[in-house]
Amino acid sequence: MAKEIDADYWERDFIKAEEPKEYNTLNVGPTHPATHGVFQNVMLMDGEFIVSTEQTIGYIHRAFEKIAEHRPFYQITPLTDRLNYCSAPLNNMGWHMTVEKLLGIETPKRVDYLRIVVMELARIADHLICNSVIGVDSGALTGFTYLFQDREFIYEIYEEICGSRLTTNMGRIGGFERNFSAKAWDKIRHFLKSYPAKLKEFERLLARNRIFMDRTINVGSFAAERALAYGFTGPNLRACGVDYDVRVMNPYSSYDEFEFTIPIGQSGDTYDRFMVRQEEQWQSLRIIEQALAKLDKMEDKETYYAQDPRFVLPPKEKVYNNMEALIWHFKIVMGETDIPAGEVYHCIEAANGELGFYLVSDGGRTPSRLHFRRPCFIFYQAYPEMVKGNMLSDAILTMSSMNVIAGELDA
Amino acid sequence: MFQLKPERNKLVITKLTAQFGEAVLSCETLSDMLTISVSDTIIHDALLLLRDDSELQFNFLTTLCGMHYPDTRQLGVVYHLHNMTDNHRIRIKTAIPESDPKLPTASDIWPSANWQERETYDFYGILFEGHPNLVRILNVDDMVGFPLRKDFPLEDQTREDKDDSMFGR
Repeated sequence: MAKEIDADYWERDFIKAEEPKEYNTLNVGPTHPATHGVFQNVMLMDGEFIVSTEQTIGYIHRAFEKIAEHRPFYQITPLTDRLNYCSAPLNNMGWHMTVEKLLGIETPKRVDYLRIVVMELARIADHLICNSVIGVDSGALTGFTYLFQDREFIYEIYEEICGSRLTTNMGRIGGFERNFSAKAWDKIRHFLKSYPAKLKEFERLLARNRIFMDRTINVGSFAAERALAYGFTGPNLRACGVDYDVRVMNPYSSYDEFEFTIPIGQSGDTYDRFMVRQEEQWQSLRIIEQALAKLDKMEDKETYYAQDPRFVLPPKEKVYNNMEALIWHFKIVMGETDIPAGEVYHCIEAANGELGFYLVSDGGRTPSRLHFRRPCFIFYQAYPEMVKGNMLSDAILTMSSMNVIAGELDA
Repeated sequence: MFQLKPERNKLVITKLTAQFGEAVLSCETLSDMLTISVSDTIIHDALLLLRDDSELQFNFLTTLCGMHYPDTRQLGVVYHLHNMTDNHRIRIKTAIPESDPKLPTASDIWPSANWQERETYDFYGILFEGHPNLVRILNVDDMVGFPLRKDFPLEDQTREDKDDSMFGR
């Protein structure tokens, strides 16, 4: 039925009509291709501009902190895999180091270097996903499909080391479950040789690309003071111009023996975050090369775990032929080893920032409390402030450049 | 290991005890970090002092998490603070009775406490007074109970298809 038109309808100036403005509510997520994870943003929009944002998170909450209170220590490693699943080995190593700190285990140098190789590979894998996804969200799919071959190759290296790819459950408390195979070393060396050229090419595609620069410079910028107040860490904080890096501030796993620079940005915008992650990949390659050189210089090629009977399984032939070894094996697997009461906080520089583990033990087989400091969870709360007044398409880019990983967000 | 800084630890203890006296309950170095327990009545002022004092400058809240002490029927909150200039980390603890779990919010001191307090409320039921939006964050809105309390069972207790009597859960 046609609407009745009042007499002065054609005289009214609709374009100049002012208040009241009409705001629209827009749901971005929970399952939206641009969020790259399961979380929702309810945005109040004025046309294409964002008035306010409210986040809903927790869609993939898996109660890791509760489960961890009911699992022996080595069974918590698979839980940490699923925090930031783009760089699972980093989380694994962080957790192992936390337990080592509680138990007072000193790891041999060779273990430290092996860990550094794995951790920096994981950092590269994480950063390359984040950076190529920024490209995808600004409309450049090429770099993404191109660099994914190298992520695949890093996963093959993981596979050689521990047997699995995405959720690695790599290493053990005190070191690794086995020594790196010759094939693993070949692959690492091949990666070090082939990756720089590809990374360079990827950088050429985007870093000085006019369209990319216009889309990212001054988009989602954030001041250093606000970033610190919001608990930013990692590349996102460094993009704001604060040179905080746990690897340098509180060196763990012999990072103090390595030479690398911490890239920082200036304005904390999307472009800076992209460039910081890009430069960190170059630094990671540098660190891996140094670690390989150190490992080559070492005479010892066999040590891959700390000599601590509390968590290192005895060799299989002993388990099958020797009663004490069998009992010992059983005690470790059942989580019946002696664990001192105490509390420790340990943090590592994960791909997204300071990944902390606050572990309280009452001497039982399971932790009495385990809290994960998940960098994503802490910095994602600044998102509404970062995108306020921006356009929707810029907000998408801001989100992907913050590298919000739903697994880490929701624990 | 974090660097031990006995001088700075001493400074923190002196400043806190000078200002709050008896309300600073205990100071000890656990593993590599100074741990200070303070009474819940002064927690907000203590955190403000730690942030704003020109020598202490704990300007970064690393993490905030809840605790449950079933033996004493208490709930607690643990704050990890970081002075980035001097690279000094400390841990502040406070405890409140389970029956009246109320604490002043720290979200006006550090905005990063906002979600972490919501998380703590979500899992422990600690009510942060003055918090701008204290609602559940990770669990569903109509959840009953606070899952990280020790008396909350891990699994559905009505299940009969599992026998865990041997190894416990």
